[in-house]
Amino acid sequence: MAGDALRDEQYDRLLTERGMRAEVEDPMAALVRAGAEIEQGPPDVEGDLEPEQELMTINMGPHHPATHGVLRLIVTLRGEQVLDLKPVVGYVHTGIEKNCETKSYWKVIPYVERMDYLAYFFNMEAFCGCVERLLEIEIPERAKYLRVIHMELNRLHSHLVWLGTSCIDLGAISMFWYCFRERDAVLDLFEMSSGQRMHTRYFQVGGVAEDIPVGFERKLREFIELMPSRLDQYEALLDRNEIFLRRTKDVGIVSRERLLELGVTGPLLRAAGEPWDLRKADSYLAYGDFDFKIPVGTVGDNYDRYRVRLAEMRESVRIIEQALDGLPTGPWIADERKVVLPPREELATSMEALIHHFKLVTEGFRVPPGELYYSIEGPRGELGCFVVADGSAKPARVHVRDPSFANLQAFRDMAVGGYVADLITSLAMLDPILGGIDR
Amino acid sequence: MPDAPGLELIAQEINDSHPGAVTETALEHGRATLVVNPGKVTDVLRWLRDTEEQRYTFMSSLHAADYLPATPRFAVHYELISRERMERLNVKALVADPAAGNGAGGELPEIDSCVELYPTADFQEREAYDMFGIRFRGHPDLRRILMPEDYEGWPQRRDFPVGGEEVLFTHNEIDTPRWFE
Repeated sequence: MAGDALRDEQYDRLLTERGMRAEVEDPMAALVRAGAEIEQGPPDVEGDLEPEQELMTINMGPHHPATHGVLRLIVTLRGEQVLDLKPVVGYVHTGIEKNCETKSYWKVIPYVERMDYLAYFFNMEAFCGCVERLLEIEIPERAKYLRVIHMELNRLHSHLVWLGTSCIDLGAISMFWYCFRERDAVLDLFEMSSGQRMHTRYFQVGGVAEDIPVGFERKLREFIELMPSRLDQYEALLDRNEIFLRRTKDVGIVSRERLLELGVTGPLLRAAGEPWDLRKADSYLAYGDFDFKIPVGTVGDNYDRYRVRLAEMRESVRIIEQALDGLPTGPWIADERKVVLPPREELATSMEALIHHFKLVTEGFRVPPGELYYSIEGPRGELGCFVVADGSAKPARVHVRDPSFANLQAFRDMAVGGYVADLITSLAMLDPILGGIDR
Repeated sequence: MPDAPGLELIAQEINDSHPGAVTETALEHGRATLVVNPGKVTDVLRWLRDTEEQRYTFMSSLHAADYLPATPRFAVHYELISRERMERLNVKALVADPAAGNGAGGELPEIDSCVELYPTADFQEREAYDMFGIRFRGHPDLRRILMPEDYEGWPQRRDFPVGGEEVLFTHNEIDTPRWFE
């Protein structure tokens, strides 16, 4: 052994003398340093970067499946870490608000439906509710309940699409199939009540277009009996899934104060612990009649966002159940002949009904001058509609305050400082609908 | 929303601290509106946000509207919520069009930005600028948001025609080569 040590020493000296020693660092020291860098956590964004540290700016989207639409993100990276982020929107801007100004009120309804294409009942309610308040007409109780049922089904539908697509972003394809199976059941119900699976144009100014058909109630009851057990299955798949937990817990945290400053509403805000829900705060339509809770999170990370949405789906099922139990009988649309189309059977017998029908279909109804902002709780937050009426049969201005548009501003706070892979998770949990952002 | 006396009280208190700020109040369809002098809109918003008994801390929406042929022509609406009392208040700033007299000359209506008070107004002010050409003084990054950056005109104005935009498809390549640039 001693001889070995001696030989090493001689060899060492020889190398040094001949200048052949390479400047090699002890590999262990390098490892320890790397470990310390990881311990330091995400880099300081505002901080002073060394000039030789290379930054890379990449362009995510607009055509990328993980951006949930046509969203472009200009991301500045150092390695895997996101240093800065700028969302660029407008790629699916179709001028819906401008087009609405050239259509009579009842023709605007299908337009606004197509803004946030996963929350069409909510868009309709925001617009119809706003016009109803401008006209000062009261809608019948049954219409209110039917609207609540359809909106809560729509909330389920929207959250199911969100859950399925978010899990795809995390690499879980089976959740997508399960969620879309239930979503299809919801779409079947929509088809039954309105004849369309998406973009149903079911709500009218004054109520709903048609009463629910025979058999709808039975099918809906089957669905709401099934749904809680399906939600249990989703939770069983995800809640103890280590990959899911590691990818979502403590990722994308934004404080409650910051979210409020940024105007964020909906599940994102509730996940941060703020119990703010317009269904409770405003109790529009018939929401005052129902017993439901507002789920809130504690930390405000992506896991809380997932938990809040899942709990919200349970509450939606409860609301539908109560609405179905207490569904009042009676008319489903207001008896306002100047606004609402006359019943079909009267057209053959009543001249007056025929005239009203003709005037409403050709010209549309007039709304007295005024302006109003009316907002409801959509699946993504406060969905508001601002209508200016100038006394004619066409609105002078329709603006929709889309929750995704305001919520997207919080995305920089969610993603900066984290890793690229977490950026994708955060975007999925933000749940932006680009059709609503760009309008 | 505040009731009629409450609204008058708010208007009076604002006018006491900022003379001439509130010009009118309105209460219609269950919506309370303060019509304010556009030069003092940030003062009013700051007062509404910071005064202890008001606390309109949340801005749910900012949007603009064009009231052509009325004068002043434009309005910027600020929809505020006091979350503690669940009261909504609409602040409406009427902005005159400086280009009204001299044809379609380049001057744009201007108003102070409220991004510092309500960071949520960032995107929404950009949208109002994009659609109506209302310039928000002091906005950190006032660019078009929905329309292309090199777009000319203010599409949501009432005198902007619908259908004025030629739709281009790939078969137009023959007539207008490189149309997409």
